[in-house]
Amino acid sequence: MNDEPKRPDLATLAKKAEACELNFFYGAKQALNKINLPIYDKRVTALIGPSGCGKSTFLRCFNRMHDLYPGTRYEGEIRFHPDNVNLLAKEVDPIEVRMRLAMVFQKPNPFPKSIFENVAYGLRIRGEKRRTVLMDRVEEALKNAALWNEVKDRLDEMATTLSGGQQQRLCIARALACDPELLLFDEPTSALDPIATASIEELIHQLREKVTILIVTHNMQQAARVSDFTAYMYLGDLIEFGWTDDVFFRPQKKKTEDYITGRFG
Amino acid sequence: MAVAADLRVTIARAKRRDVMFVALGVAALLFAACTFVALFVDMISSGWTRLNPDFFTEFGSRRAERAGILAAWVGSFAVMIVTALFAVPLGVAAGIYLEEYGSRNRLTALIEININNLAGVPSIVYGLLALGLFVHTFGLGASVLTAGLTLSLLILPVVIVATREAIRSIPGAVREAAYALGATRWQMIQHHVLPYSMPGILTGVIIGLSRAIGETAPIITIGAVSFIAFLPPAPLTSDPPFLSFDWLASPFTAMPIQIFNWTSRPEEAFQANASAAALVLVGMTLLMNAIAIWLRYRLRRNLNW
Repeated sequence: MNDEPKRPDLATLAKKAEACELNFFYGAKQALNKINLPIYDKRVTALIGPSGCGKSTFLRCFNRMHDLYPGTRYEGEIRFHPDNVNLLAKEVDPIEVRMRLAMVFQKPNPFPKSIFENVAYGLRIRGEKRRTVLMDRVEEALKNAALWNEVKDRLDEMATTLSGGQQQRLCIARALACDPELLLFDEPTSALDPIATASIEELIHQLREKVTILIVTHNMQQAARVSDFTAYMYLGDLIEFGWTDDVFFRPQKKKTEDYITGRFG
Repeated sequence: MAVAADLRVTIARAKRRDVMFVALGVAALLFAACTFVALFVDMISSGWTRLNPDFFTEFGSRRAERAGILAAWVGSFAVMIVTALFAVPLGVAAGIYLEEYGSRNRLTALIEININNLAGVPSIVYGLLALGLFVHTFGLGASVLTAGLTLSLLILPVVIVATREAIRSIPGAVREAAYALGATRWQMIQHHVLPYSMPGILTGVIIGLSRAIGETAPIITIGAVSFIAFLPPAPLTSDPPFLSFDWLASPFTAMPIQIFNWTSRPEEAFQANASAAALVLVGMTLLMNAIAIWLRYRLRRNLNW
């Protein structure tokens, strides 16, 4: 974790994205209230909060997953840099947004295809057909996901034959293969055992140098271990945001402190 | 101790009921099984002697011992091909539309109710529809094409329902994974929904076809001939373009018609022919069901979510 003197001034940090006055509705029910949150470039930002506080809903705004379901509505903006585009704008194609971002889900969800085809799928729908390019990119992604050594001899086997932790790393490789600008993790270890969880956390730690990460987690220790910044959400509101050390050890708000110290949650 | 004794009486009574219910269940099962076995044994005993290679390669004849089912099984086979060619694309496309594209509104609800009702419409009604529409209005006559179209309408609801159920069993998380990588809806369907629902769709198609192959009423209604001494023209020819679709317009007979025709003859020898042909038909149906089970097992092995 960062020691205080080494911390750069927030104003000098580049932002990868920024939520501005973001409201979100499921039908008539408002799930997010005026969220303002910066996502700093090449840093890990953790979203914590009790169940139903809207952290997954917030995460899924970034890659417009809510567009898949009727009756959902966004208000406000998510500015995405370097081109300062509003990801939520009507005229911005959600397909394009999803091609720039990538997501890893709560439960490992590999396709029932071969390990190779799982990782190559994103590249294939981006029009890549050259076998050698696909091979190289798949190998690189699997190496970055710390899975290559375990699967290099069985790339043609079904992904569903892997263990849960391996499947989740495969999903991370699948996400990394397309060089995402922002990687979204939605409670990536909640379905995994402690050993698999530790390997995923280690991986997130390594990935922070390559890609900006936004991670939703149920597990506060996990947030403390893997993130540079932490945002605490409660009932659709962003209560507190800051350096992870500050949020955990010097929370500014009473609600945050109650949650962190386990008095509530 | 008195309380424990009471308990034992209660338990003993409950257990007697248990035994009674098992006996009732076994009796019901035996009744169904025995009926089937009796039918089957009767069919075998009276038809067995007629089941020789000639039976499959001879046309119908006035002389029972020389009559065969060549025209009938070729006709049934040709009709099944046409049925599958029409029912599969139509049913799968309709199922995909209803599951993936159709929004949940009154119109789709109405369509859904209608599809479920169509599955329960008596097959003779399809025959009457086909007689009016295909035979007379479109002028297709009592041809292989007419029969195939009629039976494809008949099994369409089965294919649609099977397709929808297969699609519904695909977990939402897998769809979201594809969308999150930037897939369009059609890419998601083409690369994921269709391949993963294929075992269920194939099973539904074969079950539908095994129902269609035994259908008699609609085939009789459209006017299939019961005595025929030629085969539909071959689909492959020796001259360019080597493909011929004349077989579609050919008159035909089918297995159920042949059986029906033979059972209505007074001579004992024709009854044996009918039994033998019925055996072949049951065999065809069982074979199709076996293929469906095998396919489902083979293809679903990889889909353990």
